[in-house]
Amino acid sequence: MTIITALIALGVLALLFGALLGYSAIRFKVESDPLVEQIDDILPQTQCGQCGYPGCRPYAEAIANGDDINKCPPGGDATIKKLSELMGVEAKPLNAAQEPAVKRVAFIREDECIGCTKCIQACPVDAIVGASKLMHTVLVDECTGCDLCVEPCPVDCIDMIPVPVTAERWKWDLQAIPVKVVE
Amino acid sequence: MPSLFQQIQAGALWDFHGGVHPPTRKAVTSEKPIISMSLPERLYIPLRQHIGVAGQLLVEVGERVLKGQALTAADNSMTVPVHAPTSGMIIAITDHTSPHPSALPESVIVIEPDGLEEWREREPLNFATADTQTLLERIQDSGIAGMGGAGFPTHIKAGLHQPVDYLIINAVECEPYITADDALMQEAPTTIVKGIDILCKLLNPKAVLIGIEADKPIAAAGMRAACSQREHYYVREVPVKYPSGGEKQLIQLLTNKEVPAGRRPADIGIVMQNIGTAFAIAQAVLDDHPLISRIVTVTGETLQRPQNVQALIGTPVAALLDFCGYQVELEQKVIMGGPMMGFTLPDLAVPVVKTTNCILAPSHTELPNAGPELDCIRCSACADACPATLLPQQLLWYSKAKDHDKLKEYNLADCIECGACAYVCPSEIPLVQYYRIAKAEIREQQREALKAEQAKARFEARNARLEAEKQARLAKNQQLAAARQQSQQQNAGSNTVAAALERIKAKQQNATETAQRSHADIVAEREVKKQQARAYQAQQAAATHTDAESGAQSQSASQNLDATATDPRQAAVAAAIARAKARQQQHTTEPAQTAQSRASAPAVTDSQATQNHADKAPSQDDPRKAAVAAALARAKARKQQQGAEAEQNHAIENNAATAASREATADKAPSHDDPRKAAVAAALARAKARKQQQGAEAEQNSALDNNGEAAASSEAAADKAPSHDDPRKAAVAAALARAKARKQQQGAEAEQNSALDNNGEAAASSEAAADEAPSQDDPRKAAVAAALARAKARKQQAAADTRSASEHDENAQAELAKTKGDSA
Repeated sequence: MTIITALIALGVLALLFGALLGYSAIRFKVESDPLVEQIDDILPQTQCGQCGYPGCRPYAEAIANGDDINKCPPGGDATIKKLSELMGVEAKPLNAAQEPAVKRVAFIREDECIGCTKCIQACPVDAIVGASKLMHTVLVDECTGCDLCVEPCPVDCIDMIPVPVTAERWKWDLQAIPVKVVE
Repeated sequence: MPSLFQQIQAGALWDFHGGVHPPTRKAVTSEKPIISMSLPERLYIPLRQHIGVAGQLLVEVGERVLKGQALTAADNSMTVPVHAPTSGMIIAITDHTSPHPSALPESVIVIEPDGLEEWREREPLNFATADTQTLLERIQDSGIAGMGGAGFPTHIKAGLHQPVDYLIINAVECEPYITADDALMQEAPTTIVKGIDILCKLLNPKAVLIGIEADKPIAAAGMRAACSQREHYYVREVPVKYPSGGEKQLIQLLTNKEVPAGRRPADIGIVMQNIGTAFAIAQAVLDDHPLISRIVTVTGETLQRPQNVQALIGTPVAALLDFCGYQVELEQKVIMGGPMMGFTLPDLAVPVVKTTNCILAPSHTELPNAGPELDCIRCSACADACPATLLPQQLLWYSKAKDHDKLKEYNLADCIECGACAYVCPSEIPLVQYYRIAKAEIREQQREALKAEQAKARFEARNARLEAEKQARLAKNQQLAAARQQSQQQNAGSNTVAAALERIKAKQQNATETAQRSHADIVAEREVKKQQARAYQAQQAAATHTDAESGAQSQSASQNLDATATDPRQAAVAAAIARAKARQQQHTTEPAQTAQSRASAPAVTDSQATQNHADKAPSQDDPRKAAVAAALARAKARKQQQGAEAEQNHAIENNAATAASREATADKAPSHDDPRKAAVAAALARAKARKQQQGAEAEQNSALDNNGEAAASSEAAADKAPSHDDPRKAAVAAALARAKARKQQQGAEAEQNSALDNNGEAAASSEAAADEAPSQDDPRKAAVAAALARAKARKQQAAADTRSASEHDENAQAELAKTKGDSA
C-alpha cells in the first residue's frame, strides 16, 4: 500500500514538474540565436563583403557555425580580439591580404559622373544620392568605405579618399611634456 | 551638527584626495603689472575657439572690419562668435596651424591691423534693468567661452534652468608659472565683482564662493574689498596644492560635495565659472566689449621680460615671445598652457586663443626633457597622488593592452588628465599620455560603434525596401499573368475545342456533300470560278495600270504644289516612273504598231544627238546638259504626239508625262541620286507595266477603256494601294505637268506642229533648269541621263525592229532639235 502511495505521489510530482518545464520552455523561449546577434554587434557593419559573405550578418552566422574569425579587414585587430573573446578561440592575425587600412570614404568626382545610378544600386547602406542622368554624391557621414561602388562605375569617377583627421578624431601621441622641475 | 551651508558660511574648507606640490614659480610674473601689447603685424583668428561648432562666416576676404565686429554668427546654441580684435583688413581666410596638441590646420581669419583701433558701435547694457534673455544673448554674442581652459560656451552654463545653490568662482590658478588670473584680480577686482553680480542675476545662487589660492594674498585682499558690499559673497583662500583648480577638486574643497561620475556640477546644484570669464562678462555687458583680448602669462627663463600681457586674440605666439625678449635656445620648446597640462607647440605661428592662459618658454635647466621611460615598479605613488582616486598603474596596464572594457571598469573616463601621476612617477612614465591615447581610442570606437549601428539600420532598411519591391513586382507579375490567363480562357479556352470539333464536322459534311454532287455541277462551278478569276485579273490590271492617273486626278489639286516644292527629288523619281508606265501603256494599248516604231526611231536619234552634244562640248557643262535635257524631252514629246494622233487621251497623258519628265530632268541637276533612283523606280515601274501588259493583251478593250475606268476607279485604286508610293507620287507630279500639257495640247490640236512647240518649250525649260543648276555635277548627270535615254531607246528599238516607220518626219524633227540644242 505504501509503495502505491509513493508511486502515485512521485507520479503526480513528475507530471507537475513536467508541466512546469513544458510551460517555461514555451514562455521563456529565446527568439533567435543570441550568439549570432552578439557576433553581429561586434562586426563593423560596413556590409563590404570582404569576408566573402554578403554582409555582416551572414558572416556572423558563419562564425557562429565555426568559420574563421579573421576575415574582417574593416574591423581589424580589435574586432578579431573581441570575437576571439566571445567565441573562446585564439585570436588570429587578419586573414585578408590587405591591411586594415586607414578609414576611407567614397568620393564622386561630380563633373565626371554621368548619372548611371549603378553605384546607387551597389551601395549597401544607401549612402549615395542621385537620380538617373543627374549627378550623384556620397553622404560622407553614412559611407562605410566598403568600396562596393567603385567597381560598377562605368566612368571610374569614384575615389576612395581617406577620412581627414580632425582635432576631435586625433589620437594623442606619446610626446610627453616634461613635468620634472629641477630645483 | 551645523548644516553644510552653515559650515560654508563659517568658512569651513575640506580637502580632496591626492594632489602634488610642484614648485609654483609664480613670483616671476605675479607682482608685475599687466602690459598691453602693441599691435602685431597679422592676427590669426581661428573660427572655432571653444567646445562646440564654429559659427557661420560673416565676412569676406578684402573686407575692412572694425574693432569688436563679429566675424562669425552665433547661429547655434553651441556656437559663440569670434570678433575682430582690432580694425583692419581681412587679407585671407585660410588654414593655419591650430593651437591644439595635434597642430592640425584649421580655418582662421587673417586680419592685417590698420592701427586705427576704430570701434564698431557699442551699446552698453544696464544689467540691473536688462532681462535674463538679453543678458544671455549679450554673453553669447560677445563670444564668451570658459577662459579657464576648456572653453565651454558660457551662456549655456549661465542660462541653466536648474536651481543653483552655489556659484563658485574659480580663481585657483594651481598650475605652476601661471599668474594671469592673479594679475587680473589685482588690477580689476571691482569689474570682476560686477561680472559676478551679472552671473548672480542669471543664476540666483544661495551663495557665491570665490576660491583663491593662499599664495595670492594681494589678489585675495583686493577681492575681499570688492566683495565687502555683498553679503553672500565669500572669498575662500584654499591651500596651495595641485590640482585644486580642477572643477571637481575645487567643488570638493569648498563644499565637500563630489560630482558623480559622468555627471556635471549643475546636477548637484553648483555652477563654476572662471574669474577671467566673470571679467569678460562684465566687459561684455557693461561696455559692450566682446572677448577680443585676454591676459596671457608669458614666462620662462629664456625670456628677458617675463610678464602678464594683455594680448589680442589671434596674436601669434612668436610676436608675444618677441615682445617679452625671447632668446631662443637650442632645441627650444614652447609650451602653451602650464607645464602640467599644457602642450608643446609645433610652430610659433600658432595664435593666442580665448583659452590660452600661458605661454611658457623654459630653458633646458628649468624644464629638462623627460628621461627614458622605465618599467612600472608598482610603487603606487601615482595612486596616492591621483586627485580622482583612480588607480593609475592599473589604467596604464590596460591602456598598454588596449583593454577598453577594463579601462571602463577602472573609470578611465573620470581621469581629469591633470598629470599628477606622471609628475610623481619614479619611472618617468608619461601616464597621462597613455590615458589620453586610450581615451581617444575609446571615443573613436564609440563613434565607430554608433556608425556601425547606423550602417546596420540603413542596410536592413535597404534590404527591407528591396525585398518589398521584389514582392510588389512578383505580386504584380502574378496578377498580370492571372489576368492574361483568365482572358485567354474566356476567349479561347472552351472555344478552341468547340471550334476544332466544328471544323471536323464541317469537313466531314463537305466530304460527303462533294461525293454526292454530280460531275456536271463541279464543272459548272469551276467555270464560274475561272470567270471570276479572269474578271479579278482584269480588274487588277486596270487598277495598277491606272495608278498613275488615279493619283493625279485624286490628289493633284491638294498635294501637287507641296510635293514639287518640298520634294523635287521625289517628284523627279515619280515622274520617271510615270513616264515609264505611260510609255508601256502606250505600247500595249495601241493597236497600231507604227506608234512603237515611231517612238523608237526618235529615241535613237535623240540619243545620238545627246551623244553628239556631249562630245562637242565636254568643257562647257551647261549647254551639254541643256542638250541632254532637250533631247530627252523631245523624244518624249514626239512620242506623245504620235500617241495623240492615234488617240487624244493618250496624247494628253503623254504630254503630261513629258512635262513631268522635263521637270525631272530639270530636277536631276541639283541632286546626285536622282538618276540612280529614277533608274530603280523605272525598273520597278517597268516590271509592273509588264504585268499590266500581259493582262492587257488578253483583253484589248480594257486598255482602251483604261482612261475612262481610270478616272472612275482612280480614287479607289489610290486608296487600295497606299503602300505603293511610286504611282501616287508619279500621279502627283504628273498632274502638275498635265495642267501645263493640256494647255500645250490645245495648241497642238490646232497646229500639227505641236511637237515642234513642245520641243521648243522643252528646250527652253531645260535651259532654264541648266542655268539654275549648280555646274559641278553636270557632266556626270548628263552622262547618266544620256545613258538612261540610250537604254530606253535600245529597248524600244528592239521592239520596233521589224517595223518600218515614217522616219523622215522624225529625222527632220531630230535635226530641228539638234539645232536648238546647239543654240542652247
